[in-house]
Amino acid sequence: MTKIHRRLFSIPYLVWTGIFIILPLILVFYYSLTIESGGQFLFSTSNYARLMDPVYLIVLQRSVVLALLCTVICILLGYPVAYILASKEYINKGFLLFLFLAPMWMNFLLRTYSWVSILERNGFLNSLFELVGLPRMDMLYNNSAVLLGMVYNFLPFMILPVYSVLRRSDQGIIEAAQDLGANPRQVFFRLTLPLSIPGMISGITMVFMPATSTFIISDLLGGAQNMLVGNLIEQQFYRANDWHYGSAISVVLMVLLLLSFVIFTMVDKNEEEGILF
Amino acid sequence: MKRIILTLLALSLISLLSACDNQDTLRIYNWGEYMDEDILREFTRETGIRVSYSTYASNEEMYARLKGGGSTFDLIFPSDYMIERMINEDMLEQIDMNNIPNYQYIGESFRDLSYDPTNQFSVPYMWGTLGIVYNKAMVDEDVDSWGILWDEKYAGQIIMYNSIRDSFVPPLRLLGFSFNTRSVEELQQARDLLIEQKPLVHAYMGDTVRDSMIGNEAALALMYSGDAVYCMEENEVLAYSVPKEGSNIWFDAMAIPKGARNKDKAEAFIDFLCRPDIALRNTEYIGFSTVNMGALQMLPEELLANPAYWPTDDIIERCEIFLDLGDFAREFDRAWTMILAR
Repeated sequence: MTKIHRRLFSIPYLVWTGIFIILPLILVFYYSLTIESGGQFLFSTSNYARLMDPVYLIVLQRSVVLALLCTVICILLGYPVAYILASKEYINKGFLLFLFLAPMWMNFLLRTYSWVSILERNGFLNSLFELVGLPRMDMLYNNSAVLLGMVYNFLPFMILPVYSVLRRSDQGIIEAAQDLGANPRQVFFRLTLPLSIPGMISGITMVFMPATSTFIISDLLGGAQNMLVGNLIEQQFYRANDWHYGSAISVVLMVLLLLSFVIFTMVDKNEEEGILF
Repeated sequence: MKRIILTLLALSLISLLSACDNQDTLRIYNWGEYMDEDILREFTRETGIRVSYSTYASNEEMYARLKGGGSTFDLIFPSDYMIERMINEDMLEQIDMNNIPNYQYIGESFRDLSYDPTNQFSVPYMWGTLGIVYNKAMVDEDVDSWGILWDEKYAGQIIMYNSIRDSFVPPLRLLGFSFNTRSVEELQQARDLLIEQKPLVHAYMGDTVRDSMIGNEAALALMYSGDAVYCMEENEVLAYSVPKEGSNIWFDAMAIPKGARNKDKAEAFIDFLCRPDIALRNTEYIGFSTVNMGALQMLPEELLANPAYWPTDDIIERCEIFLDLGDFAREFDRAWTMILAR
């Protein structure tokens, strides 16, 4: 392909980026640095100052802690699954992969809402408990329920990148290590795990970022009891109608996520760039 | 040559996108679950006017979408205080009542209310109160005070509404204040009461509260009267009460936003909704109280005997209407965030 061709093909992408990514970002920054007064926009940093209020900081902290927990659980649950899927011995991998992907074809909202019917007081699980003589439990509307919803929704985003890295890693190296007398444990910790780090890094970013900014999961499964930063932003735009403050929170969240992204990829700096799928 | 093709492609894409947004279609923006959607089809059958229908969950959401610009709706259903605000901000078209002969059926007591003193901008749609829905199997005392929402006996059995203004009604009335207060001091006292209540609350919900109460998930819930009628029809153990400290009485009306492309069609549809047989079908379907005297005469006795559907005069007397809070709405938002955040 010639150079001119390449440039031509990039035009739609550049136009798209400009209109739908760059321009909105500029608008968000503009809104975050202004306040409305008598129909006019005045420059002000008060939106950011307002975020320093302990009430709002608690919200931010809770979101980050829950998202981190969710990410850790996704690694602990997702890595073994990806490992099994990628191993040569496992025959039914197509079917297993299908089982993990099938729920993602369903609407996100519907998937999350169905957990309400499973966990509620007269829900599926409690009916089951009663049947076997166990007491009913309150499982809904707390942080654990929110965490469950996050892990459930974001787990595939951890499994898939790790799986694709593991599957593509050079089997020759592993066989060589085995030939040279490494036991399975050494093979795993000194070869397989380090080789799969790029996949884990992209898995971590793909889980951590949506988990930090989610608002629908905390609304439905958390009963809005413990506000997350996503709820806070939603409230500014939809209820309080304070777009300026909502933009300021969004900017802070974006910077936070960007920082975490930089940190994650720095860990990964010796490897090639992260592989998504 | 390539560039020309690309430009053509881009142009055809743009025209394709705008073609989806048909100019002749009447675009209605209503609350979720707030109309019998068969009525839309019937309107199209009778008049040939095509209709597109989308929904919102709160006045504020609707306002934000219209204020943001770029959306072109022909008909909206704001509540009293939101109508007041939108009139003040010049966001509504004047309605030509000559096009709405069925306006004659709107009851006298629903006309010319303070939010739109001469009904230039709005035609009443539904009305109701805010109260407590309770499960008679779990609550065996009289529910006549907001105080029951602070009773530790019902810890974990209380559902509140995830809506700023509605949630502040119980504490402000318990304290003897108006819920249209603009006093920071009064608001703070109410906020502290809600914080005190938080450990007893099962969840703060949106529309899902109806399913939860029908499914016997909790004993008490803050709810609009029309939703309560719906719940009581689905589950006979439920009852509704408007506490003695007083509550909110509200009116939702139909209005045409500034810049609507199909004002005449919107007026035709408003007139259609005011036709007594249509108004009757609508109110029976959604459970909210009608403002249409023609429909009222045809309603079954039992519905009129239900205070959730048709409140008695002494209930109405102790109720107050929401007024637009102006900039003070931000103080309410801040207080509400402080409650949910901790």
